[in-house]
Amino acid sequence: MPSVKIPRKSTSVDMTPFVDVAFLILTFFIMATKFKPEEPVEIKTPNSVSTKELPESDALQVTFDSTGRVFFSVLSEKDPKVKYNVIKHMNDTRNLGLTEAEMQNFVKAPAIGVPFTGLKQLLGVPAEDHKNVKQPGIPLDTLGGELYYWIRDAVATFSGKQLKYLIKGDNEAKYPAFKQVLNAFKKNEIFKFQMITMLEDAPAGSELAIIRNRQKSEGK
Amino acid sequence: MASIEEGGGGGHKKGPGVKKAKKLSTHLDMTPMVDLGFLLITFFIFTTTMSSPTTMELFMPKDTDKDDEQNKAKESGALTIMLSKDNHIYYYEGQLNENASNFKQGSFSLKQTIRPEGDTIKSIRQVIIDKKKAVIDAHQHDAGCEKIWAKNGGDKTSCLDKDLVIVIKPGELATYKNTVDILDEMTITNIKRYAMVDLFPAEKALIEATEGK
Repeated sequence: MPSVKIPRKSTSVDMTPFVDVAFLILTFFIMATKFKPEEPVEIKTPNSVSTKELPESDALQVTFDSTGRVFFSVLSEKDPKVKYNVIKHMNDTRNLGLTEAEMQNFVKAPAIGVPFTGLKQLLGVPAEDHKNVKQPGIPLDTLGGELYYWIRDAVATFSGKQLKYLIKGDNEAKYPAFKQVLNAFKKNEIFKFQMITMLEDAPAGSELAIIRNRQKSEGK
Repeated sequence: MASIEEGGGGGHKKGPGVKKAKKLSTHLDMTPMVDLGFLLITFFIFTTTMSSPTTMELFMPKDTDKDDEQNKAKESGALTIMLSKDNHIYYYEGQLNENASNFKQGSFSLKQTIRPEGDTIKSIRQVIIDKKKAVIDAHQHDAGCEKIWAKNGGDKTSCLDKDLVIVIKPGELATYKNTVDILDEMTITNIKRYAMVDLFPAEKALIEATEGK
């Protein structure tokens, strides 16, 4: 009896659909990615049910970490010139004696967490290496300390623009640190803040969840 | 691919010596491309931050020294919440009694726990919801209500909880997370009037005594 010939199948698989999917996913991730802005300290923010979005421009941000160190930054994604103006104004009013290059370095720096006396030294280091520099934090006291001047001068530079005031705190930070930051703002006659948090869902069955569901169904 | 066939059945015959062009395979080895693709995907998955941060609004009142400028809250509608170390949370309704009999402990967790001493620790959310319900039940219509209705577009339920005021007092050992959590509770339970102030010395002493310092 003649043996049945088994047709030999090719071992090569058509990879085209596979590649299609892979690149589709790749495109999605490229589009959806937004790089984390570099920060001198890692902050784990608390969660909240608030859904308001984080502004990128025209905002001052005060960050405090778990040990109570305070950092200050100016957010102006749209117009880097503003950041330069802030440090120039600071330099003139506080006699910091910064050079042109040091002021340009401030524009690139993510956040500042040194007293005025240490500012010249910090800005002498390139902004990319700031994360390796141990920053002691901006000095604070019950009246606002140096943070008060940072806020006052930054507000003066923006002159009349509607600014947002962001506070970013670490989960483990103690309440007095938060209160001192609030005091620095309050002394500048600023009473409206936005605290940076991570989004979480409104708990099921709570009054907020009921209100949000109602708004959703009315919107449809 | 199969449809592209060079030199049909025999339209024009090639002469002898004319070599047939070598048929090149249209198949490409795509493995390196796939490798690269997935490498990039992995890179973007790791670097991407999926959940974008949001912000929570907070309004603080201007500090006033004058007593009469401060808003006076009706005692029946007041609930004071105090925060302390290790996620401890205490509360009392109305005024603090002389013997501190209405000073109670609550918890951030949603479950009720019963302590060995026999008293129950209620979840702070339940405490707020119960207080709100009590205030709404005890509500009596007065002249101020019309203004509130007008502000809320004629919504007659908007006036019911107008006497409810929650005072949040974080202690020096309370964490920032606890502070944000309790402010978040205000949003969750839809409390319209709340304030954040410092602890009174009497309250501070009471908390220290409870925690056995």
